[in-house]
Amino acid sequence: MAGDAALVTQVVEQFGRDRGRLMDIARALHAKLGCLTEDTIGDVADALGMRRVQVRDMVSFYAFFSRRPKGKTVIRLCDAVPERMKGAEEVARAFEEALGIKVGETTPDGAITIEHAPCIGLSDQAPGALIGATPVTNLTPADAPKIVQALQDGKDIATLPQAEVDLNLRKPGPVIFAPMERGTAIRAAVNRKPEEVIAEMNKSRLRGRGGAGFPTAMKWDFCRKAKGNARYLICNADEGEPGTFKDRVILTECPDLLFEGMTVAGYALGAKEGLLYLRGEYEYLLPHLDQVLAKRRHLGLLGKNIVGCEGFDFDIRIQLGAGAYICGEESALIESLEGKRGAPRDRPPFPVQKGYKNQPTSVNNVETLCCAARVLEMGGDWFAAMGTRDSTGTKLLSVSGDCKHPGVYELEYGITVEKLLEMVGAEDAQAVQVGGPSGQCVAPKDFGRSISFEDLPTGGSIIVFGPKRDLLECMRQFIEFFVEESCGWCVPCRVGTTILSKQLAKILDGRGTRADVQEMEKVANTVKTMSRCGLGQTAANPILSTLRSFPGLYEARLKKDDFVPPFDLKAALAEGCAITGKQPVLED
Amino acid sequence: MSQDTVNIIIDGVEIQATAGQTILEAADAAGMYIPRLCHHPDLPPGGHCRVCTVKVNGRPASSCTFPVSEGLVIENDTDEINAQRRRIIEMLFVEGNHYCPSCEAGGNCELQALGYRLGMLAPTLPYLRVKRELDATHKDVYIDRDRCVLCGRCVRASSVVDKKDAFGFENRGIKKRLSVDAVHGLGETAVSAADKAAQVCPTGCLTVKRVGYATPVGRRKYDKTPIGAEIEKKTAKV
Ligand SMILES: Cc1cc2nc3c(=O)[nH]c(=O)nc-3n(C[C@H](O)[C@H](O)[C@H](O)COP(=O)(O)O)c2cc1C
Ligand code: SF4
Ligand code: SF4
Ligand code: FES
Repeated sequence: MAGDAALVTQVVEQFGRDRGRLMDIARALHAKLGCLTEDTIGDVADALGMRRVQVRDMVSFYAFFSRRPKGKTVIRLCDAVPERMKGAEEVARAFEEALGIKVGETTPDGAITIEHAPCIGLSDQAPGALIGATPVTNLTPADAPKIVQALQDGKDIATLPQAEVDLNLRKPGPVIFAPMERGTAIRAAVNRKPEEVIAEMNKSRLRGRGGAGFPTAMKWDFCRKAKGNARYLICNADEGEPGTFKDRVILTECPDLLFEGMTVAGYALGAKEGLLYLRGEYEYLLPHLDQVLAKRRHLGLLGKNIVGCEGFDFDIRIQLGAGAYICGEESALIESLEGKRGAPRDRPPFPVQKGYKNQPTSVNNVETLCCAARVLEMGGDWFAAMGTRDSTGTKLLSVSGDCKHPGVYELEYGITVEKLLEMVGAEDAQAVQVGGPSGQCVAPKDFGRSISFEDLPTGGSIIVFGPKRDLLECMRQFIEFFVEESCGWCVPCRVGTTILSKQLAKILDGRGTRADVQEMEKVANTVKTMSRCGLGQTAANPILSTLRSFPGLYEARLKKDDFVPPFDLKAALAEGCAITGKQPVLED
Repeated sequence: MSQDTVNIIIDGVEIQATAGQTILEAADAAGMYIPRLCHHPDLPPGGHCRVCTVKVNGRPASSCTFPVSEGLVIENDTDEINAQRRRIIEMLFVEGNHYCPSCEAGGNCELQALGYRLGMLAPTLPYLRVKRELDATHKDVYIDRDRCVLCGRCVRASSVVDKKDAFGFENRGIKKRLSVDAVHGLGETAVSAADKAAQVCPTGCLTVKRVGYATPVGRRKYDKTPIGAEIEKKTAKV
C-alpha cells in the first residue's frame, strides 16, 4: 500500500492540495486504482489534512466511486424506462450469459464488472451502455457476446460498430442550431455595459431551460447586485432527468455557442471564472470540449482582455461529476463542485446570494446559456417574438419511447402534445411523460395541452408510451429511480420514496385494496410537501399524476377486500413448509 | 422600535422577532412551540427531519433554517401540517427498529415524545427492515444504528463544539448511515463520553454506557409533560 500512498501524494499535489478539488482527486485516483479502499481514503485524508470520515462521506455518495475492487472494465447497462421499453432487460440477460455473472458482479479473473446505470443520455438510441467511458448504442442481445469477445481480445471499444452515437437531430430550429460565427455574441455584449446586456436579456423574457423556468435576466441581475468578493457562473450540464439528452447534442454539435453564452454571462455578472459541471456519464465528450476551449483561448475569446476589451477576463473550467442525479439540483451541484457529497442546501440563502465558495453564483442550464448568446446576437425582441407570451423562444425536446422518430426537436413553445406526437410518429400513444419521471404523465384527453411553462413545463424529456405498455409498471420503475437517487439528507424523501415503492408494488402485485391506494396517496403528498428539495418534491409525481389521469388503471388491479396485510403470510412460510413438509393451519 | 426588530405572524398571533433569528428561534422566544427533531438549540440547524416545516406565506419551508423577515405570515399548528409531521415520525419508526418499552432512552426520547405529541397510535406504514450495524467498540459510548434517525446532531456537535469531526455520513438514499472517523469502530476515535456529541442524540442510538435506566419510569423527561411544554411554559398563553 506504500506505493499507493505515493500516488495519493502525487495526485493531491497535482490539484494543489485543495480540498475543494476532492472530486477531481477522487476521480483521478479511482481511474488509476480501480477503487477507493479504506486505505486510500485514509491516505487522501492525511494528504489533505482532513478526517477519514469526511473523505468517506463524499466518496461513498457517488455511484462511480467504488470502495471495493471492481473489474478492469466496468460495463454500465442503462436501465431507464425508455431503455427497458427497447429491450434493455434482454440485453442485460445476454451480458450475464456471455460473462457467466450476474449484474452487479465481477468476472472471477477481475476483468469485467457489469452493473445497472440510470439514464445515460442515450434514450433515443436505446438500449445503451457505457463501457468504461465509451458509449455503445442500439444494443441487441446478439451484441453482448461480440462486445465481450472484443474486450477479451483487448480491442479498442471505440472502434466497434456499436460505439456509434447518432445525433438524431430531427428538427433544428433558429435559436440553438442556426450557425453563428465565433465571437459575435461576445462582441455584441462588450459593446454595452453589463447592465445593458441584462436589459437586453430582460427584453427576451428568456426563462431557464433546466426545469424551474426562472427568468434568466432576473437571476443575473440578483447575482450581479449581490455582495461578494467574487462572482461565479456555473453551467449545469448534469442532464440527469431520464429521457433527456438534448444537452448532449448541444455539447456535441455546438459547444462554441454554449461557451459564447457562458462568456456573455460572465461579462454580465462580472464573473472571472465559469465552471461547466459535466455529468460523469458524458466523460467521452470531454476531450472535444477541452479542444474547443483551447481554440477559444487561442482566438482571444477566453482568458485576459477578451476580444480586446480591456479588463474583461474570463475563463472556463470543466468539472466532471461522478454519477448522481441530485447533482443537477443547483445547490447540490455547488456542494459537489466544492468537493463534497451532493446534498442540496436549504434556501434562503439562494445561490445568487451565497453559492460556490459562498459567493454570488448564477447556475444556468446549457440550453439557457445558448439562448442567451443568441439573444445578444439577434436581440431580445427577435427572441421574444417566438413561442408564447409566458414562454418565449424555442425549446429542445428529447423524444424517446414508443415513437417512429426519436431524437432532438427544436420547437417553438406552445406546441400541443398532439402536434408533437404527429411529428414524432406516435399518434397511437396511450400516454406521454412530459418532463421525465419528475414531470407529468399526460393522458389522451389532455393531448390538446401545450408544452410551455404555463401549461406543461419540461426540461426537455418526452417519453412516449404506446398502446401496449404497462403504464403503472413504468411508473413503478420511475419511483425506483428516485429511491436510488434520493440523497438521503431528509426523511420524507429518503424514507418516503422507499415506502412508496413498496406500496405501489403491493398494488401492482394484485394485493392492494382501496385503502392501500388512499394510504399511498397520503404518503405521496407528504413526500411532495415536506421534502427539502426539488427531487423529493417531485418524486411522487409518477403516482400522483397517474392517480389523477388514469384512476381506472389502479382500480383494475385492486382486491375487493377491505384489508390485505402488507406481507403475504403464505409466501413467507413457503420455504419453511417445503423444508418441514408440513402446512400451517391458517384462517382463510 | 429598534431597527433589528421584525414583525411576523404565527398562527394569527403577531410576534416580534429579531433580525437574524430563524422562524423556529423566534417562535421559541415567543413561547410558541414548533415541533422539531433534528434541531438542537446549541447547534447550527441541519434541515434533515422536516418536522419543523411550517407554511411561510403559503409555501412549506423548514422553520429551523428559514430566517425571519418583516411581515412573514406563518402557519404552524394546523391539522394539515401536524398530519404531515406525524407521517414523517411514522416513517422514522418504520425505517429504524424502535423497541421503545425496553430502550434506555424511553421516556426521554424525542422521537417517542413526538409520536405521542402528534398523536401517532401505531405505524400504518410498511416496515422497511433496513440492515444497520451496532458499534460497541468504544469503552464508554455505544452506537445502535437501528435507532438512528440520521438527524446529524452528533455530526454537527463533534464538528462545531468538540472540534473532533469524529462523525459523518456514509452512502446515500435509504442506505445512508452514520459513519465514524475510524476503520473499525468508535473505539478508535477521539470521542469521549464527555463530548457534546455524546450528549445530543434525540433517541437511544448514541448513548453513554452504564447510565441507562437510572431514572425510574414516571420521572423521566416526557412521562408527565409532552415534548414542547418547556417552550410553551415560558409564556402563559391567554
Ligand atoms: C433533482 C433535480 C435535478 C435537476 N437536474 C438538472 C439538470 O440536470 N440540468 C439543469 O440544467 N437543471 C437541473 N435542475 C434544475 C436546477 O436546480 C436549476 O434550477 C437550473 O440548473 C437552473 O438553470 P436555468 O435557470 O437555466 O434553468 C434540477 C433540479 C432538481 C431538483
Ligand atoms: S428531497 Fe431527497 S434529494 Fe432532496 S434533500 Fe431531501 S433526501 Fe435529499
Ligand atoms: S446517532 Fe443520534 S445524534 Fe447522531 S445522527 Fe443518529 S440519531 Fe442523530
Ligand atoms: S428541525 Fe428543522 S428540519 Fe429538522
